[in-house]
Amino acid sequence: MTDANPGLRGKRPRRSPKDILYSESFRTAVYQIALAAAVALLGFYLYQNVVENLARQNIATGFGFLEQVSQFEIGETLIAYSARDTYGRALAVGLMNTLSVSAAGIVVATVIGFSVGIARVSSNWLLQRLATAYVEIVRNIPVILQVIFWAAVIRNLPAPRQAVELWGLGFLSNRGLTFAMPSAHAAHLWMLAALGAGIALAILASHKAKRHREATGRYIDMLWPCVGLIVGLPLLVWLGFGAPHEISFPERRGFNFAGGATISPEFVALMTGISLYSSGFIAEIVRAGIQATPRGQVEAARSIALRPRFILRYVVLPQALRVIVPPLTSQYVSLIKNSSIAVVIGYPDLVNIGNTVMNQTGQAVEAIAVMMLVYLIVSLATSLLMNLYNRLVAIKER
Amino acid sequence: MSSVPSSPLAAPAAAAYDPDARLSALAWLRANLFSSVWQSLLTLAVAFVLIRFFWFVLDWGVVNAVFYTTDPDVCRAATGACWAVIAEKHRPMLFGLYPYDEHWRLVLMMAIYLGTVVLSLWPRCWNLRFLVPLWIVSSLSIGVLMFGGVLGLRYVPTSEWGGLPLTMLLFTGTVLIGMPVAVLLALGRRAPLPVARGVSVVFIEALRGVPLITILFVAVNVFPLFLPAGVEVNKLLRITVGIAIFFACYQAEVIRGGLQAIPRGQYEAAASLSLSYWQTTRRIILPQALRISLPAITNHIIAAMKNTSFVIIIGLFDILTATTAVMQDPLWRKFYIEAYLFVAAVYLFFGYALSLYARQVEKWIASGRI
Amino acid sequence: MTQSAKPGPSADPVIRMSHVSKWYGHFQVLHDVSLDVRKGERVVVCGPSGSGKSTLIRCINRLEVHQSGQIFVKGLEMTDNVKNIDTIRRHIGMVFQNFNLFPHLTVLENLTLGPMLTRQMKKSAAEDLAMHFLRKVRIPEQSGKYPLQLSGGQQQRVAIARSLCMEPEIMLFDEPTSALDPEMIKEVLDTMIELAESGMTMIVVTHEMGFARTVADNVVFMADGRKVESGPPEEFFGNPREERTRAFLDQILKH
Ligand SMILES: Nc1ncnc2c1ncn2[C@@H]1O[C@H](COP(=O)(O)OP(=O)(O)O)[C@@H](O)[C@H]1O
Ligand SMILES: [Mg+2]
Repeated sequence: MTDANPGLRGKRPRRSPKDILYSESFRTAVYQIALAAAVALLGFYLYQNVVENLARQNIATGFGFLEQVSQFEIGETLIAYSARDTYGRALAVGLMNTLSVSAAGIVVATVIGFSVGIARVSSNWLLQRLATAYVEIVRNIPVILQVIFWAAVIRNLPAPRQAVELWGLGFLSNRGLTFAMPSAHAAHLWMLAALGAGIALAILASHKAKRHREATGRYIDMLWPCVGLIVGLPLLVWLGFGAPHEISFPERRGFNFAGGATISPEFVALMTGISLYSSGFIAEIVRAGIQATPRGQVEAARSIALRPRFILRYVVLPQALRVIVPPLTSQYVSLIKNSSIAVVIGYPDLVNIGNTVMNQTGQAVEAIAVMMLVYLIVSLATSLLMNLYNRLVAIKER
Repeated sequence: MSSVPSSPLAAPAAAAYDPDARLSALAWLRANLFSSVWQSLLTLAVAFVLIRFFWFVLDWGVVNAVFYTTDPDVCRAATGACWAVIAEKHRPMLFGLYPYDEHWRLVLMMAIYLGTVVLSLWPRCWNLRFLVPLWIVSSLSIGVLMFGGVLGLRYVPTSEWGGLPLTMLLFTGTVLIGMPVAVLLALGRRAPLPVARGVSVVFIEALRGVPLITILFVAVNVFPLFLPAGVEVNKLLRITVGIAIFFACYQAEVIRGGLQAIPRGQYEAAASLSLSYWQTTRRIILPQALRISLPAITNHIIAAMKNTSFVIIIGLFDILTATTAVMQDPLWRKFYIEAYLFVAAVYLFFGYALSLYARQVEKWIASGRI
Repeated sequence: MTQSAKPGPSADPVIRMSHVSKWYGHFQVLHDVSLDVRKGERVVVCGPSGSGKSTLIRCINRLEVHQSGQIFVKGLEMTDNVKNIDTIRRHIGMVFQNFNLFPHLTVLENLTLGPMLTRQMKKSAAEDLAMHFLRKVRIPEQSGKYPLQLSGGQQQRVAIARSLCMEPEIMLFDEPTSALDPEMIKEVLDTMIELAESGMTMIVVTHEMGFARTVADNVVFMADGRKVESGPPEEFFGNPREERTRAFLDQILKH
């Protein structure tokens, strides 16, 4: 409160020392100072002990180790890396792996989760029961057990020679998942750029259309133009490059495959385990979201003759998303955190590599701090975004 | 609804059995499975998949399965499941590294443990004069059984403990240590003192922001550094406390939700009876907040049970670690699916039991019994 | 109930509010309000919604904190001295508009909680006391039920009994009948009238003008955080001095 507050200008009654001892504000202050002092003392004591222990055990401190040569290889890297690179770069490789397996896991979990969630509220009794059983089983088995299970399944798949063939498009073997891919071509990069441009243009165009509708009252259906932009632009680029359509199919060769692209067994197992586990929770979130829109809302929308698509866009989705989005994002964050169990099956994620670094350098405090910090940043950034989203939604409510 | 005695904190109950909606079996089928052409097709497709699946389960799991043999080659010859692996390996799977000849102690321990837990969950026994001695006696006897070293029992260090008993101990320790910490953190986060709020918020959010594994790493690798030279804390205890505090941070948020749902009038009524902060909290606020957040609390307790499996990463021999280790046996490792299904069934069983119990508690709350 | 039953209030004030003001941020809810209440006196506070009636009586047991002026209860000044707050609250019972019973406790437990925790009574003694007051408010048979299983009128009577179990010298009522269906208002008012006849010091915020006429020794009219007018009911209703009072009475008595 500021001095401008007239409430503080009143006469204060005079106080005896005993009065002060019993006064609420004095006591509050004392409790707070005591608590703060206790926390500070504890922190200082622990810090002191850590410093002493490290000195006694001759363990280096500080983050200098990030610059040292790692001297270990990593099986799976998205960026160039060798044993002559630094610990810092090794951790970066681990982070990339964490992010890639999480991204794939999020996509898979979302697709399965939404499908199962919709099936959970299906009017078809059999489908609804099936979905319920799936959710109960997948959510109640520890995620680690699921990951270990899938890793064992893949390890026990036949060798490439007897690999399970997937409709002529790929193979499933103890080497992981091998599948057909278009051969690398310069066009692909440009197509990606075109896709980005298409999405941006589509957003811009729908905004324009909305303005136009608000200004003139005339509605322009933007669904197909937008689809056209997003699909059409990359297609045009592809045609412009002479429609390169060479696809590299994998074939069995010797003890391995030639051609195509391969995802490692560890990646497949980890991704399958964490995404199936999360899909059960996502399904429940989606179910809650769907059930959050009362039937009366749809009926009310119909009664004012809204087209079905508008009912979805302006009545059902806004209400469902308000219920779905916040827990969904926290589910994504927890999937990312779950990916840290990679270490049990040997997938080189951030924690796995951090663990190796910790064991080699002995600098447990710093190595663990790096890992924690990375996840903390991901979590805090997400909850920041969520707060923004909630505020946005709250504004719309008025 | 009106004839049912209304309850203190009950949510509006779902519509009860409605005689008007009584349908003949045929009508039910039409309404729920064959309401339209598209629904009928869907039903048939799902039924087809389900029948195929159950047929496979029956074929693999029962008809062609080997239920008992000590010879892995018999299993190898069969086309179905090899449940014999569980009979053959159940002891190392259930009891881990614990000395083979002493396994009877673990069986006894589990009987005492389960008996104690079941008694404590039964409202008729909710009486401190009964529960406190019960827990003291059973903890002591479990301690004696697990450690040994007295009464002519061989001493078994915690590093040799394992299997299901270890999972149970980790889980119990997590809940017993975690719940009080959770309550304190939740109260701290809503305390009238800004410093307490700040400390609680930072603590809760920091721990919720990192994976459990990193906390286990701290418990194993960093925590010893916190202690002055010469002082050591048992690794099992460190890990239990680590999982417990992680659990507490999530549970604290759940309890805070319950606290926020308590109307201001409750605090004012308590103040007008001149109850102190702790009296108000203990007698008025917490009982209501915990009841309100009970469903979410149970979810996190079940999650805590699943989370005990994370100790595989730091090499504790819980039931999952033990099974994974057993499945290294070249003679039997082909039958890993059966073994993991068994472990999954154990988790599903206890998880299901917990959620059934939680549902029962909600009913008791709704009927005003507790 | 007739007026003849009224015992006269004694001379010494048990509550003295002098020049009390209170702000919410920059909004002044109470403007320099002064009020004396003598032992055994029944004061009715009325006024339009939002005029600060609740705030006024909630300052007396410090559910709200006043920022200037002084409040004395039985000679003790209400400051932020925790000991005084505790003592004063023990002398004062309060009944709320929406009862604020503890929903997780039975009626009996609601009543015994205060005596057992703050007056260190034995359980058996506290239960005897509770049953005594439950009989006074005429619902002893409900003692084993939970609050939400009772009707509004019964709940409010339990709330009154709960306050009485603290054996207070002063009772504050904040619109005790406003949340009730019309047919339940009477049972609560009857309870309050009986309480008044027993000589309890009462401050009652209410719009029940019939109650004010029969029971009050002093009627206070508030508007915009100010005490506009006060006086004995005959004078207040028969010959209000202020224009605003008249307007208010016109409106409320028309219905
Ligand atoms: N916590 C609060 N914060 C801000 N303003 C408040 C608060 N409580 C009450 N007020 C305001 O103070 C005024 C008086 O409130 P109140 O004492 O409840 O009035 P009454 O009981 O006469 O209806 C009202 O205008 C109300 O809006
Ligand atoms: Mg009011």
